[in-house]
Amino acid sequence: MRSLIDVKKAVTNKVQTNTDKTVINGQVGIGLGGVGRSKKHESADKQVAGAAIYVDDRPSLRGELHAAVGQSTMAHANIISMDLSAVKAAEGVVKVITVEDVPGHTDIGPVFPGDPVLAIGKVEFVGQPLFAVAATSFDLARKAVKLAKIEYEELEAVLTVKDALAKKNFVRPPHSLKRGDSDSAIAAAEHQLSGEIKVGGQEHMYLEGQVSTAEPTEDGGMNIYTSSQHPSEVQKLVAEVLDIPLNKVLVDMRRMGGGFGGKETQAAPWACIAALLANETKRPVKFKLARLDDMVMTGKRHPFENNYTVGFDEKGQIKGVNIEVNGNCGYSPDLSDAIVDRAMFHSDNAYYLDQATITGNRCKLNTVSHTAYRGFGGPQGMMTIELIMDEIARHLGKDPLEIRKINLYGKDERNVTHYDQTVEHNNLSEIIDSLEESSDYQARRQAITEYNANSSILKKGIALTPVKFGISFTVQHLNQAGALVHVYTDGTIHLSHGGSEMGQGLNTKVAQIVAEEFQVDVDTVACSAARTDKVPNSSPTAASSGTDLNGKAAEAAAKTIKQRLIDFACEKYDVEAGQVQFENNNVIVGEQTFSFAEFSQIAYMNRVSLSSTGFYKTPKIHYDRAAGKGRPFYYFATGACVSEVIIDTLTGEYKVTRTDILQDVGASINPAIDIGQIEGAFVQGMGWLTTEELVWNEQGRLLSNNPATYKIPAINDAPEDFRVALVPNAPNPERTIYNSKAVGEPPFMLGIAVWSALKDAIASVADYKVSPKLDTPATPERVLFAVEAVKASTTAGTAK
Amino acid sequence: MVANTIKFLLNNDVVEIENLDPNTTVLQYLREQQFKSGTKEGCASGDCGACTVVLAELDAENSKQLNYKAVNACITFVGNLHGKQLITVEDLKDGAKLHHAQQTIVDNHGTQCGFCTPGFVMSSFALHKHNQNPNRDEVLEALAGNLCRCTGYRSIIDAAITSSENTDDDSFAKHYQDTLATLNEFTKLPTPTLNGNGNTYLAPQNIDELATELVREPKSTLLAGGTDLALSVTQNLAVVKKLVYIGNVAELTTLEETDTEIVIGSAVPYSEFIDTLHHYYPDLGDMIERIGAKQVRNTGTLGGNVGNASPIGDMPPALIALGATMTLHLNGVERTILVEDYFVDYKKTVLQTSEFIKSIQIPKPVAGQTLKLYKISKRLDDDISAVLAAFFIEQDGQKITKVRLAFGGMAAIPKRGPAAEAALLGKDLTKESVALAKAALATDFQPMTDVRASDKYRMTVAQNLIEKCYLELQSAHTREVIETRVVNY
Repeated sequence: MRSLIDVKKAVTNKVQTNTDKTVINGQVGIGLGGVGRSKKHESADKQVAGAAIYVDDRPSLRGELHAAVGQSTMAHANIISMDLSAVKAAEGVVKVITVEDVPGHTDIGPVFPGDPVLAIGKVEFVGQPLFAVAATSFDLARKAVKLAKIEYEELEAVLTVKDALAKKNFVRPPHSLKRGDSDSAIAAAEHQLSGEIKVGGQEHMYLEGQVSTAEPTEDGGMNIYTSSQHPSEVQKLVAEVLDIPLNKVLVDMRRMGGGFGGKETQAAPWACIAALLANETKRPVKFKLARLDDMVMTGKRHPFENNYTVGFDEKGQIKGVNIEVNGNCGYSPDLSDAIVDRAMFHSDNAYYLDQATITGNRCKLNTVSHTAYRGFGGPQGMMTIELIMDEIARHLGKDPLEIRKINLYGKDERNVTHYDQTVEHNNLSEIIDSLEESSDYQARRQAITEYNANSSILKKGIALTPVKFGISFTVQHLNQAGALVHVYTDGTIHLSHGGSEMGQGLNTKVAQIVAEEFQVDVDTVACSAARTDKVPNSSPTAASSGTDLNGKAAEAAAKTIKQRLIDFACEKYDVEAGQVQFENNNVIVGEQTFSFAEFSQIAYMNRVSLSSTGFYKTPKIHYDRAAGKGRPFYYFATGACVSEVIIDTLTGEYKVTRTDILQDVGASINPAIDIGQIEGAFVQGMGWLTTEELVWNEQGRLLSNNPATYKIPAINDAPEDFRVALVPNAPNPERTIYNSKAVGEPPFMLGIAVWSALKDAIASVADYKVSPKLDTPATPERVLFAVEAVKASTTAGTAK
Repeated sequence: MVANTIKFLLNNDVVEIENLDPNTTVLQYLREQQFKSGTKEGCASGDCGACTVVLAELDAENSKQLNYKAVNACITFVGNLHGKQLITVEDLKDGAKLHHAQQTIVDNHGTQCGFCTPGFVMSSFALHKHNQNPNRDEVLEALAGNLCRCTGYRSIIDAAITSSENTDDDSFAKHYQDTLATLNEFTKLPTPTLNGNGNTYLAPQNIDELATELVREPKSTLLAGGTDLALSVTQNLAVVKKLVYIGNVAELTTLEETDTEIVIGSAVPYSEFIDTLHHYYPDLGDMIERIGAKQVRNTGTLGGNVGNASPIGDMPPALIALGATMTLHLNGVERTILVEDYFVDYKKTVLQTSEFIKSIQIPKPVAGQTLKLYKISKRLDDDISAVLAAFFIEQDGQKITKVRLAFGGMAAIPKRGPAAEAALLGKDLTKESVALAKAALATDFQPMTDVRASDKYRMTVAQNLIEKCYLELQSAHTREVIETRVVNY
């Protein structure tokens, strides 16, 4: 018996969800604060008017200089000598520094050492910063760095994953997750398959490139204005390179022009270098990376090369599986240990693996150090198991959807992951069944088969893929957040929290939460820049955790102030706590009604503290990495996607013609923002798997180093028919902020449906009897060669 | 007479610039000289559209009409502002009221990080100035040069598709007559020049002035839209000493038709001749809509695309296949050659010192002739081709009486495939002759592997396109519809 979600009751992207008018599930949002309502992005009016200020838009500071760095032209070499005399003599140059001039730490590795702020005697990738220049203009700094004469002694470079594996060249030790005896289970199963897949990396291509300004302070400290997802880490690293205490460094982060993980660790080097130059010159220094430099010098999504062996029964259910995920980490550890861990955790995606061995290798290559990117290894891990689903289906001659369904985690059995976490509150089977129905999957599947039989050149394909994504930092201590709330005497509210706004609407949602607490208009809450002097020791805004963590912290701060106001009201007006109500911008005390502004003023006059911090840490999570067992995730976010594509079998060109998504965001705090996250994540995920191709040459130089050669989806690539719905009436059973669910990363992996649909279209060329091999990104070139390979394999089959 | 300034309208204010390095881009000028930071730098290479601004210009035919064009400020040199109105995102609000192009994006939740937003606003603004009820296709065409990494575009499309019919009372409409009057006054100004940092910019107004200048200063660099030249400055940090802008030269900016030809001045931007070419050669019109994006087609020219002799320009193979000619001008002396004969080797042409391209002549189609064009790229929009195939075939019944198979991206220059053509010429167009042509193509070209495609893909797809062309022609004969293009799907 299929239980279906009533998708007709869902909030979708087809209904204009304008500002205040949204009604959720037949109910108007709870009060004026607007939790549950589609409040517009707090910066929207400024953004459309060109009035939103990004770091590079800040007025120049007096005497401001501009930084640039000289870059390595070798992938792996010892530096014999650096002749910087021409650089120093160049027009506009005020200061040139090398690592010798760094007063404090020279290594700025975020977790493990390995990232020198400027090269120390050797280089390990093309583009590695060698020395830094401060000059009077952006262009003069960029011109000057090209005048250096560097002598190298070339060393052997490792430039392929294969080579790194053969040489056991790793940035961190290999690690395994194991349940049962997978080898025996595979051997005992009725069917066995094995295979491999190369999964390409991804350039973040945030529209605003990396930028930081460092301004020396009067006491030897530094104020930093940066575009960073992790202001506290920038603070710590700047303090360390300058050898000064943390309390002398202030980091201010108002907004980013996109982050996607690319400004989690990758924003810090430029802030550190700007700070070093500012410290030397005693002048403010801005360091903005030109787009090409940004693409060459900053890390990307890890490319992976994965392989598997799987055993399954005649129905296609997995009995045992061995999966090896090999992450190309680049030259240093950066965050790669946790990223490959997440790839291993998500090697199950939504499926029960039974007996399983998952091994993860952290390959060291002489390329830029790869880093966080939306999904954090999860997407690359999921690709293997989604490949396995398609392979089993073709092997057994079944629709891949049938195989996906039969392997889903169960509700009461078959519900424990390979790392021993029980999958609770699992609604994926309802989501998939509902989406199958609402997207008309079966009828379209039939129509596509007919179309393909009659169309010789163009072929269509369709696929439904699910996502189950674990929410929490797998590094436990990061699952904490702080906030600071002030109520002023005019009733307006100031909010600071440790999270950083990169466009995801975090400030809007957290402001809604604070407004909700006091039942005031959300416009009375002003959310300031994230500043390390307001909320200290913050975690990066990453892992989809921004609202979960900072929303709870801000709620706690607001609750503290609210309780003080209630206590004060009880004492002053001699009422019970139950007689104090916050309602409609008013505070009602017994029979009396005050405006919130009035009551704030009265409280102030009576010496009530109207400012409070708030703190939150995620409950329930624990994980024993050595044993590979525990509950690393507080809960799972789920969703599914159906995509339909059409391909040209003569050229490999293709188009995504329709996409239907059903995503569980719990009880949405802001449906419009959540829908925006889902749509954007899907298109970004689709880009990762289709047109976005990173190409390095044999010397380790990145060739796809600008937006003319690296193609993210443009407006025509968005599916013409694009239907997104939020699962209705689905509060998160865990006690998250207003029972919402995280939304930043999970829908990214819905893009996998496009890749699977492309393979479906290609498979039609041989009547679905052969499973096409399609590494990613599935560029038109790869699609064409996959078509030709499938054609060739059937011709060969006939010849036999 | 020459004035040592350039003059333009910055929104409603007349601005006169002297002593500014003419290598300065409009984006640098706005952000660093005018302290207007609403216009963003996303790539500084014309690929992302974050810096989109709008230029209002007098219509060439009708001096009572303004044309609003979206352009990339990051690859437009400041001299090209002369005589125009520059409108930036900061200018759109009318008092406290957001412009329709802004309000609709807010209402549709079309901003996330907001960094691309000013560019989308300006592209949408330009679109609505000429089309108050755009359909989805028109919106996509107008916004294809604006990249957004956050939203997935749906909300932005919904915003731009919203009718502006009842909101046509913006500040630009209110100032329309004043703007017209000022721009008409500007046309009476002497030839503009700009000097700074020892570099010069000159914008001759007629062909004699241009020819004389190029004889006097043979090392001048010709500038039209600048969509390629500007990259050498913003990306390679080159300095252009002497810029000569040809966009004001009357004889180079005309589009004419004779009985047998379409004559396109070398400095006419794509957006002004696309409709004419689409009328005669639908495939060519469709292909041009995929060259660059709106911002690039508003400034980029045919003379530039041919002139810089890139092996991956999209127009040269099309022009070669069509048997187009070009007229070159050197100090008063003109010669006309086949476009095909213009290219000598990688970035080498027959153009002599001080000589320039005046116009390109495209023959009009004759019954029995077909032009098929195929642009193959990783991304459908705003992407440089891996292969551009242009096939011109004339048939008498099934028999092929003329054939030109021209390719871009297959060699150091755009060129024809003589062996493949020989396999078809004089034969009936059949599966067999097509198979022979495909095989012969392998002797015509040895393509290279680069960031866009492998040598093998280039060859395979080029061969397959001959087959596709055959299938399309067959289906036209038999009237049996075979769907062959995902591009239009």
